[in-house]
Amino acid sequence: MILFEDVTKMYRGAPKPALSNVSINIGAGEFVFLVGASGSGKSSFLRLILKEERPNAGNIHVLGQDLRRIPSRKVPLFRRNLGVVFQDFRLLPQKTVFDNVAFTLRVIGQSSGFIHEAVPDILQTVGLAQKAKNYPHELSGGEQQRVAIARAAVNKPSILLADEPTGNLDPSTSAGIMNVLSRINASGTTVIMATHDSGIVNQMQRRVVEVSAGRIVRDEREGGYETTSIPFGELDTAPSPIITDDEAGLASPTPIRGRNESDPETAPTSFPWELRA
Amino acid sequence: MRLGFVLREVGTGLARNLSMVISIVLVTFISLTFVGAAILLQAQIQQMKNYWFDRAQVAVYMCTDFSTLGGCDQLAASDDQKLAIEQRLESPTLAPYIDRFYFEDRDQAYENFREQFKDSAVVDLVSPELLPETFWVNLVDPTQSELIFEAISGLPGVESVIDQRSYLDQIFALLNAGSLTAVAVASLMLLAAALLIATTIRLSAFSRRRELAIMRLVGASNRFIQTPFVLEGIVAAALGAAAASAAVWAIVRFFVQGYLTEALPTTVFVGASDAFATMPILFATGIGLAVVASYISITRYLRA
Repeated sequence: MILFEDVTKMYRGAPKPALSNVSINIGAGEFVFLVGASGSGKSSFLRLILKEERPNAGNIHVLGQDLRRIPSRKVPLFRRNLGVVFQDFRLLPQKTVFDNVAFTLRVIGQSSGFIHEAVPDILQTVGLAQKAKNYPHELSGGEQQRVAIARAAVNKPSILLADEPTGNLDPSTSAGIMNVLSRINASGTTVIMATHDSGIVNQMQRRVVEVSAGRIVRDEREGGYETTSIPFGELDTAPSPIITDDEAGLASPTPIRGRNESDPETAPTSFPWELRA
Repeated sequence: MRLGFVLREVGTGLARNLSMVISIVLVTFISLTFVGAAILLQAQIQQMKNYWFDRAQVAVYMCTDFSTLGGCDQLAASDDQKLAIEQRLESPTLAPYIDRFYFEDRDQAYENFREQFKDSAVVDLVSPELLPETFWVNLVDPTQSELIFEAISGLPGVESVIDQRSYLDQIFALLNAGSLTAVAVASLMLLAAALLIATTIRLSAFSRRRELAIMRLVGASNRFIQTPFVLEGIVAAALGAAAASAAVWAIVRFFVQGYLTEALPTTVFVGASDAFATMPILFATGIGLAVVASYISITRYLRA
């Protein structure tokens, strides 16, 4: 479903690559947590899957397509197979819940009939059927994130990417969000979620991929937020990271607990789509 | 659904940047009015050429008792000399090029002169003796006046051979300069209009950056994202073109037909049909400019 082969991503002007020699295979229907400190390369990983960035080296296959081979005018069609959720929701404030979700379908040209069937359906799934006519500012943070998830999932994407979806939410609300994501995953959608929320990761016991200083240092089936058994680097073809400076020190595989929740420091370092548009 | 969606987007975009849209309308209006004026001037020149070049004659002026020009020596051309000219014009070498010719004697010339300058005091100063007898020659091809010139000028009793077209050429040169000036002004204004459209579209895109971000994320096609912006440019430019069309029509109706035709009744002027003929050109120019400017602007914005 998603296959990275020796992928290296280097941003212009940056001294070190955001990702170096990353290889990973994520199968259909998996639920994968992507953990690691801020700046470790989680967001770059997600952006590469979206073809929002191009790798400097290596191959990326998503849904059986070589991303290198997709011409830029076909990228929109490719993206219709992916849903994305962000920490900051990114709802359109002047549109109702229904219209926010319907917007996705309208701009890819779905018929009105389909929209009126699919939108209430997905709102039911995320538990917001009663709030369809409300505006985003009338909703709580958790509800807003559910709307964002509904928007990402309404088109029944094969892959759902979530970039710290619980980053702004309290633990009990986060649990509700995870419930929704699990339900979407159960319906066959591959979910990749970047997070700092150790509680969630430990509770869910799903595949955990830990990124540190641009390398995958751990890839565990049914893992927790912190490593429990396998020494890092073993499952990775890349050599073990050499921790040389402060930044790498912060990104070591044993992050300090409590650095999660809604610490502004943990906000994603880049908001690619916001900056772009 | 999709069409309605796109049109709603266009509407909100125009409403949000109303002042910029108004400035686009004004600048395209003025620049396209200049374009229209230039086209009308060219039409005027063409019309005058068509009218006058067919009627333009070659005048063979004969000597008068007062003339010292050419071969004249203050001695009016004799009947023999006039006959020689007539024979020359009818000769097989010249006849194929001549449509028709006629002789105008002094009294006819005087009548014509009085008619032509009836409002002028100069009429009182002229007597038939002062005016030359003239052979008026209509050529089959008016551009071949050189032939007559070579064959006739220098013959005894001929004062001068004049192609009337040489007078017209001066007028046309003047009108041409006017039309070129209008085109030059119009080009600068159109450049300003294009830049203004590009800026406005960027602003419009920026004010909708949230929507654009989500559209790109969920896989709206580039054309779908771009279309509302290009349409915005088109609507603004089309309004400008409509205003310019109205202005061109008003110029023809009130200035050319209302004033010039009264003032210069013997001249043919462009009419309403010429004004209507310019309108598609104005719309095409304005809309073409808007499409190019807004398309480039939004494409660059989305790529940046």
